[in-house]
Amino acid sequence: MNFDDTPQEAAFRAEAKAWIAANAPKQYEDELKKSSLGRTALKGANILEVAKAWQKKKADAGWACLHWPREYGGRGATPIERVIWQQEEGAFGKLSGMFIIGHGMCGPTMMAFAGEAEKKRYLPPLASGEKVWCQLFSEPAGGSDVAGLRTRAEKNGDDWIVNGQKIWTSGAHYSDYGILLTRTDPNVAKHRGLTMFFLDMKSPGVEIKPIKQANGASDFNEVYFTDVKIPDSQRLGAVNDGWNVSLTTLMNERMSIGAGVSTGFPELFEFCNSLMLDDGPAIEDRNVRSKLASWAVKASGLKYTSMRAISALSKGERPGPENSIGKLVAGSMIQDVAAYALDLQGAAGVLAGAEDAEATGKFQAMLLRAPGTRVEGGTDEIMRNIIAERVLGLPGDIRVDKDVPFNKIPTKGRG
Amino acid sequence: MNFDFSDEQKQMRDEARKFLAEKCPPKAVRAVLDGHASYDKELWKGLAEMGFLGVAIPEEFGGAGAGHLELCVIAEEMGRALAPVPFSSTVYLAAEAILLAGSAAQKKKWLPAIASGEAIGTLALFEGKGNPSPDGIKLAASGGSLNGVKKPVPDGAIADFAVVTGRTGSTGRDGDISLFLVDLKAGGVEAKALTSLDPSRGQAELTFRNCKAEPLGAAGEGWSILTQVLDRAAVLMAFEQVGGADRALEMGRDYALDRIAFGRPIGSFQAVKHMLADMYVSATLARSNCYYGAWALSTNASELPEAAAAARISATQAFQHCAKNNIQVHGGMGFTWEFDCHMYYRRANATALGLGSLSYWEDALIDRMRKKNAA
Repeated sequence: MNFDDTPQEAAFRAEAKAWIAANAPKQYEDELKKSSLGRTALKGANILEVAKAWQKKKADAGWACLHWPREYGGRGATPIERVIWQQEEGAFGKLSGMFIIGHGMCGPTMMAFAGEAEKKRYLPPLASGEKVWCQLFSEPAGGSDVAGLRTRAEKNGDDWIVNGQKIWTSGAHYSDYGILLTRTDPNVAKHRGLTMFFLDMKSPGVEIKPIKQANGASDFNEVYFTDVKIPDSQRLGAVNDGWNVSLTTLMNERMSIGAGVSTGFPELFEFCNSLMLDDGPAIEDRNVRSKLASWAVKASGLKYTSMRAISALSKGERPGPENSIGKLVAGSMIQDVAAYALDLQGAAGVLAGAEDAEATGKFQAMLLRAPGTRVEGGTDEIMRNIIAERVLGLPGDIRVDKDVPFNKIPTKGRG
Repeated sequence: MNFDFSDEQKQMRDEARKFLAEKCPPKAVRAVLDGHASYDKELWKGLAEMGFLGVAIPEEFGGAGAGHLELCVIAEEMGRALAPVPFSSTVYLAAEAILLAGSAAQKKKWLPAIASGEAIGTLALFEGKGNPSPDGIKLAASGGSLNGVKKPVPDGAIADFAVVTGRTGSTGRDGDISLFLVDLKAGGVEAKALTSLDPSRGQAELTFRNCKAEPLGAAGEGWSILTQVLDRAAVLMAFEQVGGADRALEMGRDYALDRIAFGRPIGSFQAVKHMLADMYVSATLARSNCYYGAWALSTNASELPEAAAAARISATQAFQHCAKNNIQVHGGMGFTWEFDCHMYYRRANATALGLGSLSYWEDALIDRMRKKNAA
C-alpha cells in the first residue's frame, strides 16, 4: 500500500506540471479556486471563451482527452496518467465543465458506434473543444424513466425525420452537436423501440429554449424538434437497439472517476476557521466541531474511495457501479453543508447579495443550486436502486410496463 | 500508487476468515455472551497457533514480524466474526504500548508471551465516566506503587498484565501523567467483573492498593505515549468495526432476499432496498477511511493522528448504522435473543465507546485538521 509514483508516473507528472506551469491561464487561478457550486462565473471574462481557449491549447500540445487514442485527438494515456493530469491541473480543471458530457459520454459513444470516417471527422474537434457536444436523452415524460421517451424518429428514404421535445439538456445553447435518443417503434415494449443518432444542433427545425432554474440561473435547456432531418449515416448502432447504445454512454459516465465531486466541505471548514460567533470562534464551538467532523469523514471517505477505484483501474480492473456513491453522498451533503453555513450566520444568513452576505454569498448560492445536484445525472433514488440492485444483488423493481407495447402504457396517473 | 492491500495480505485475510468461520461461529460468541465462559480459550489458543496474536510483533520477540497492514486485515476478520477474545486489549493496546515505549527487558518479558497466547494484556485508562483526558486520571503513582481505581477496564478480569495510566504530578499539564506496567497476578490489585453492554467482551473494575508497578517509558511522557497508542488502536479497532459493519449489511441483505411478505421478497421494496444501499454507503466510506489509516499506521506517517481519527469516526458511525438497520430489516425477528442481530448491535455500540466516544474523536479530528491547516 503506497501513494508513490512509479518512475514512469513521476516522469509523466513532472512533464505535466511543467507544461501547466508554463501554459495555464494563471490570471484566473484565484477565482477558479474560490468558485463553488452555483458560483462559477469569472469576473470580467466569458468563462466559455476562457475554457475553449484552454482546451485548444491543451489539444495542440497533446494534453486533451488523455485517455482517447491519438488518431481521435487524445494522447493514448493510461488511466493513472489521466488521474495524475487531473491532480496537476487542479483548479484549471474547473474549466473543463462544458466539455464533460462531450468528452465523457458523447465521444466514447461515437467511438463505439460511429463509422471510421465519422470518428476521424468529428472526434478531434470534440477533443480540442472547438466543437461542443450535448446529450439529448431526458424528456418531460421520461426523466428517471429514460426509456419512456416519446420523441419520434421516422424513416423517410435515406433520412430520418425527428419530432418531439427534450429537456434538461446541459449546454445545448452552446453545443454544436448532440447525441439523440429517439423512439423508432412505438408498437413494441419501451426498451426495444429506441434508436440513437448524432446530429448537428444547427439543423433546421431544432429550437433551443433556456430553462430558468429554481436558482435563477440557466445551465439547461429545452430542445424542440420539428421535422428535423437526420441522415441514416448518423445513426449510432442498429435500428431499435438504442437502449443498449445508451447503456454504453451511461457506463462511460461512471468511468470518468477521479475528477472529484464537490461536497462543500473545504469551503465550510475555511468559513468556520474564520467565523466569530457570539461566544468565540466558530471552530472552537462543540456543536460546530461535531458537525464538521462528520462531514470531514464523508469527504475523506469519498476521496479515498476514489483512490481505491483508481488503484483498481491502474491494475486493469474495471470500476463497478460502487462509484455511484460519490454523487449520492456529495449531492445531499453539499445541500446540508450550505444550510448549516447559513444557520451559523444567524439572521444575516438570509442575505444573498455578494456585497452584504457573509463569505460573499457563496453558501446562499450553493444552497439554491444544491437541489439540482440530487436530481441531475440520476436522482438519489435511482442511485440507491443502482447500488441495491447491482452491488448488493437485490431484486429489481417490479416494472409493470416492461412487456407492454409502448403505445399501450398509461400516460396519466389520475382520470 | 497502489492504495490497496497486497495479494499476500488478501490471502492472509482469506485464511483468517476461513479459520474464524470454523472456530468462531455465532454459537461460540453466544457461549461467552450467555456467561458460560469469560472468553473463548480454545479460540485464543488457535489464534496464537495461527500466528495472528503476534503478527505485528518483531520476530526477535517471538512474533511473525509481518507488520501492521497484516494486523489490519486480521482485525477486520475478528470484527466480522465478533470474536469473543481479548484481542483488541492485548494486541492493539498492551502490545502497541510496549512496542512504542517498552524497555528491552519489558519487550523481552511480555511480547513473546503475547504472541504465544500465554499473556493477556490490557490498558487501564478510564476512571469512571468521561473521555480520555489528563484531568480524568487520578490514580496516584509514587515510589513505584499505585493507589486508585480504574473502570471500565476491557478484559480487566482475565488480563495477566496491564498498562496503567497514573498521576505523577499536579501541575495541571500533560507531563503529570506517566505510564506503568503492572503484573496483575503479583498482588496488590483486585479485579471485579462488571456487567457490560456487550457481554461477549468483558469489562472490569481494577482496584490498586499499594500495588507494585514499573514505569513504562519516561516519567511524565505518559500522556504523549498514550495518545500515540490510542491513535494506533483507533485504526485497528476501526478495521474491526468495518468487519462488523460489512457482516451486519450482509445479514440484512440475505434476509431481505429470503423473507417474503406481500407476495414478494422484502428486498424488492424500495424502502428496504434504499435502507440497505445507505448501509453500503456508510460501510464503503468507512472502509476507505480505514485504508488511509492503515497506510498511515504502517508507514508511521505524520498524517497518522488525523487519519486515525477519521477512520475511527467513520467506522464507528458505519458499524452503528449497519447494526441498527440490520435489526430493522429483520423486523420482529431481529429483536429476538435467538437471532444474531443483537450481538452485532451490542458490539457496535460497545466498540463505539472503548477508546473514547465519538465526540472525543470528533474533537480530536478537528484539532488535528486545524494544526495541519495552520502549518
